[in-house]
Amino acid sequence: MTVHNLYLFDRNGVCLHYSEWHRKKQAGIPKEEEYKLMYGMLFSIRSFVSKMSPLDMKDGFLSFQTSRYKLHYYETPTGIKVVMNTDLGVGPIRDVLHHIYSAVSVSRDGLKHLPHPSEESVTVWTLDRCDLSTTHYCLQVIRMMPKGVRDSFIP
Amino acid sequence: MSRQANRGTESKKMSSELFTLTYGALVTQLCKDYENDEDVNKQLDRMGYNIGVRLIEDFLARSNVGRCHDFRETADVIAKVAFKMYLGITPSITNWSPAGDEFSLILENNPLVDFVELPDSHSSLIYSNLLCGVLRGALEMVQMAVEAKFVQDTLKGDGVTEIRMRFLRRIEDNLPAGEE
Repeated sequence: MTVHNLYLFDRNGVCLHYSEWHRKKQAGIPKEEEYKLMYGMLFSIRSFVSKMSPLDMKDGFLSFQTSRYKLHYYETPTGIKVVMNTDLGVGPIRDVLHHIYSAVSVSRDGLKHLPHPSEESVTVWTLDRCDLSTTHYCLQVIRMMPKGVRDSFIP
Repeated sequence: MSRQANRGTESKKMSSELFTLTYGALVTQLCKDYENDEDVNKQLDRMGYNIGVRLIEDFLARSNVGRCHDFRETADVIAKVAFKMYLGITPSITNWSPAGDEFSLILENNPLVDFVELPDSHSSLIYSNLLCGVLRGALEMVQMAVEAKFVQDTLKGDGVTEIRMRFLRRIEDNLPAGEE
């Protein structure tokens, strides 16, 4: 069970944060373009899903999977998007993604204090950037994950 | 409420008197800075709006409520969850318009106006106008354009404080323009 990477987008498509743990292959394009590509894909797939749904929509787009990885998606009513790529063994983790969002938005300065992706090319979201209460919360989030996922999460 | 040194992620408690007095000091300062009540009302609304657009994230993070399906559900969440979480009161919801796009929040007691009396020289001041801004800002971030205004105010002699909320329109998501 592996977590590959994590993206956080705001409601305007700006990538607030990106973290990478186990990524064996890069996209081959600059990071800025990768974020735009990811956001654009999510926007298109959400609108596609709602248009083509044969039933009334409830939560909308949740995840997709390929033969190698699974992409999990969670969006808040305010348009903040949390995207996590994991391996195929991971089931629905919407509540985990919600906890990540909560931990980030109730931390001392909220969402604007995340290290911006342009500052460092790959930033591992180290727990010592958050204050004690958020650290505690992050640890709780990580404790909730199945053990295999947890081991690959902490760098 | 007594002050508690509770720094968990759930909430930081503070004395309600401190909160009320701080708000009072804010309004007093605005009245000194701006000559007339209308400008103060506008400033309070603007400040409330700026608070609201950020408060909604904190609210969603802490309360775990999902997207509301209609305006009635929104009204319930505002009164029973949001007001309770931030002000410790639960207003009642009444006076729904036939079309279901307007309702009133009735606040039996408004924590912002404890110890407050409005002098005659400020009779057109909407003392708690910050709340209207907060509601407007917060709902705008969840794609709802609304109008919020006070129609009754205990500071002006009415029995209760009443905020009238009107749904204007849904705000659609726009794809951000790309730089090709």
